[in-house]
Amino acid sequence: MSEQLVSQLVNGLLIGCMYSLIAIGLTLIWGVMNIVNFAHADFLMIGMFTSFWLYTLYAVDPLYSIPVCAVLLFLLGWVIYKFIVSKVMTGPGLAQVVVTFGVSIFLANLAVWLWTPDFRMIQRPLLHGTWDFGAVQLSVPKTVASIGSVLFSAGLFLFLRMTKTGKAILAVEMNRTSALLMGINTEKVNALSFAIGTSLVGVAGAFLSMYYYIYPQVGGTFGLLSFCVVALGGFGSIEGAFIAGILIGIVQTLGGYFFDPAYKYAIVFAVYLVTVWIRPQGLLGW
Amino acid sequence: MKKLAPWQIALCVAALVASVAFPLVVKGTFPNHVMIMVFLFAMMGVAWNIMGGYAAMFSFGNVAFFGIGAYTSTVLLMNYNVNPWIGLVAGGLLAAAAAAAIGYPCSNIRSHYFSIATIAFAEIVRIQFNNWKFVAAAEGLSLPILPEGFRNFMFHSTKIPYYYIILALLALSLVVCWYISVTRMGYYLRAIKESHELAKGMGISFVRYRLYAIMISAFITAMAGTFYAQYILYIDPESVLILPISVQCVLVTMLGGAGSIWGPVIGAAILLPISEVTRVWLGAKGTGIDMMIYGALIMLISAYQPQGVWGYITSIGRRTK
Repeated sequence: MSEQLVSQLVNGLLIGCMYSLIAIGLTLIWGVMNIVNFAHADFLMIGMFTSFWLYTLYAVDPLYSIPVCAVLLFLLGWVIYKFIVSKVMTGPGLAQVVVTFGVSIFLANLAVWLWTPDFRMIQRPLLHGTWDFGAVQLSVPKTVASIGSVLFSAGLFLFLRMTKTGKAILAVEMNRTSALLMGINTEKVNALSFAIGTSLVGVAGAFLSMYYYIYPQVGGTFGLLSFCVVALGGFGSIEGAFIAGILIGIVQTLGGYFFDPAYKYAIVFAVYLVTVWIRPQGLLGW
Repeated sequence: MKKLAPWQIALCVAALVASVAFPLVVKGTFPNHVMIMVFLFAMMGVAWNIMGGYAAMFSFGNVAFFGIGAYTSTVLLMNYNVNPWIGLVAGGLLAAAAAAAIGYPCSNIRSHYFSIATIAFAEIVRIQFNNWKFVAAAEGLSLPILPEGFRNFMFHSTKIPYYYIILALLALSLVVCWYISVTRMGYYLRAIKESHELAKGMGISFVRYRLYAIMISAFITAMAGTFYAQYILYIDPESVLILPISVQCVLVTMLGGAGSIWGPVIGAAILLPISEVTRVWLGAKGTGIDMMIYGALIMLISAYQPQGVWGYITSIGRRTK
């Protein structure tokens, strides 16, 4: 019984790392632009499909399509920002909330139109099987994906702290007006952070495509969960999103284990509601 | 109390006459169905507008109230043989109670956190209904077929009575919305929208009026839910508790112009025919192209015409002056 519990905990940790990577891109966009990107998980879906088609058509393993996804989603994010999102930045609050909903519906149904709503899977990725540690059995792709997620999250963290561009992004996140007065090109920072956010979620998509079903509506669940992760972690806080991602992963698997698996997402949402009730600014927000 | 301008009264009368005359002039099931959907979503948009447009509480969870309304009247009818008209009120009351129960603890949650909290709430409700044996879980409920008539809120041979019922319900919600907007509550809500702190400083009970707005909105949305159940005669969590319905409430309001009384009606009158017609023409094969156009439309409107149609009209009016 306790062995099962340990393996549930480990599974929660693994899926939690995935949530973290998805959510830090979202929290970056949210923090810098004060926009909730409802299309975030649809970029995840595009990343998964990119990896799927590279595998199916050109026999490129998902592991090697990570850089392709990163670059492609970076460009897509940049274009979406330039032509759609940047237009609402000065507009009314409601337009800022709704615009990415439109992007989300558009992308998800573009995928339905192009590739049908079928569920697909990458049949034989390079990484497969399990590692056996006696008590716990680790699925190889899940473990690699989670380690990769942690590395990419750490990479973003270092980028923001160590480079000049990263510091500019953080400055805009803290105070847009002051940053503008200091000579930071905030428009460029916006575009860059949006593109970095989508690029990271594209990477997450490539990782996820190694072991998860690929279908146009895959964004639905992941999107809702990543909002909870971001809000739980706190407005625009990268560290907060990282910790909250792992927490949500563990809550989800333990909730499914102790109660009913059918209710595992309901438990996650309830945890979110209770958290914002007690701490409206999230765990690490200010 | 602010008086209506003559042209506004003329517009109201013209709209009323046109909508009353519509089914007498245009025959056919499909146009009537489209108009019923227009009124249904206009009504939900009006409800959304009371909390979203006036008080800037952007809810993406109104579908929970819609579902509660639909399920309450249906369960009362099936299990306890309660008349759907009583179910209509009961559903509204239950939804308002649920709104108060969820809205009160959430009253210090603002902006994006509020939006996401509403999604979380609606998702919890959906998951609960999807697994709840008492309401047949994911199988859904088929309403018992009763003899047709106004008393049973059920008509089989024609859609026209449904048309007039939803028109009356829409008119009722518009009156409520108008009443709120010209009385003290409307000013309070707009003050809260402009600045929480200032409104608080002026002595407006921020928690109480936000709660009133949410409860009224929930009541109206639940009535729309009951109507939907009586109209379609079949409900399941996948048709009355899904996120796209919430999104639709937001969109009709935004397209028409949030914070104005007529905004949601105009928005619904534009959006619903487009979505119904593209669904019938292009969506029959499940290609997704209808929803694609829909998504593109939302993107473009919010990026390039964010004040909505009503905002556009009034801005023309100001320019010519």
